[in-house]
Amino acid sequence: MTGSIIARDVRRGSTGTAWIPIAFFLLVVALMPFAIGPDARLLQRIAGGALWIAALTAALQPIERLVEPDRADGVLDQLLVHGIADETVAAAKIVAHWLTFGPLMLIAAVPGAALLAMDGVSLTRAEIALAIGTPGLAALAVAIAAVTAGLPRAGSLAGLLLLPLAVPLLIFGAAASSGTGPAALLLEASVSLLLTAGAPFVAGAAFRAART
Amino acid sequence: MTSLLRFENVSLRRGGRLLFEAMNLELGPGEGLQVAGPNGSGKSSLIRLASGLLRAERGRVDRVAVALADDSLALDRELPLWRALSFWAGPVDEAMEALGIAQLEDVPVRLLSSGQAKRATLARVAASHAPLWLLDEPLNALDADGAERLASIISAHLAAGGAVLAASHQPLPGVWRRLELGR
Repeated sequence: MTGSIIARDVRRGSTGTAWIPIAFFLLVVALMPFAIGPDARLLQRIAGGALWIAALTAALQPIERLVEPDRADGVLDQLLVHGIADETVAAAKIVAHWLTFGPLMLIAAVPGAALLAMDGVSLTRAEIALAIGTPGLAALAVAIAAVTAGLPRAGSLAGLLLLPLAVPLLIFGAAASSGTGPAALLLEASVSLLLTAGAPFVAGAAFRAART
Repeated sequence: MTSLLRFENVSLRRGGRLLFEAMNLELGPGEGLQVAGPNGSGKSSLIRLASGLLRAERGRVDRVAVALADDSLALDRELPLWRALSFWAGPVDEAMEALGIAQLEDVPVRLLSSGQAKRATLARVAASHAPLWLLDEPLNALDADGAERLASIISAHLAAGGAVLAASHQPLPGVWRRLELGR
């Protein structure tokens, strides 16, 4: 059944408005040259960090559709009645969310890098950092979506919760993108792993709390 | 006789209000129990407690695998009914036939009327192989034909050794033990 939850979430996540986070990502990246000026050397210097800020704002976009529709419609209840633990459902949702978000983000980073005048080497570094960081970002998004599900103004609240919690990922991800050596990449990987491993339990507890 | 559902000294409090205290309940194969009582007396909470969605404040709830039909549709609105139901259960054709919604298999869930949606949630229960059915207000939105079909799937389920716990403020068709709440 876990496989069919992933398949269902991927289908629902990749139809309709799946392109919005990606459009958002590219839009934020495209704003950088306007805000900072067209100086290619300056843009290159900030490119790694700029890509990460764009990725964080893009990660906020789908939050309201990750958990709340399933909670409101009783899908989470039925899954539990069918004997699937809340944590398992949350883990499946994280996998599905990454599948609809991570690969598209990696593709969008290519035109994004061009807008920031990045060369091939720094693009490769940024792609590796994004590939390692996006699972953690997806896990964090699902956990925050679960915690805020059903609350009024959940979208804004989710932003206030997600952005500070994503700071460690941002620091090490941006550092790894800028090529400060393998240490930043390792630290980024450990933060991403911590988020991915912890998020199903946070989200599962939030599913339960929403039922009382 | 093994019981399919057993409450032992169960107390449930919701929103600071004690709904019931030290409740004992046992449901064996072939038994139907109707929970009755005025609005707000805790009928739905009892069903959610029996389904494991709520935890008892005190006491023990033992149960076998259950199937639940309540007010939530829990079907993907953009999918045709047959596909949406198939997510939850194996072969659903027989159950859709029994509830009289077989001809709706290609209709998207979002276009169903409330009566048809109710029949769909009951079809999910009928298609499950769970021995214990939990039905919360199963007659809501059903017409006379729907109520008749509900009665026939329930009697078939009871005859096959299953059990049904139903919460309803109106009389249900068939023979039921009754439990009055809020008195």
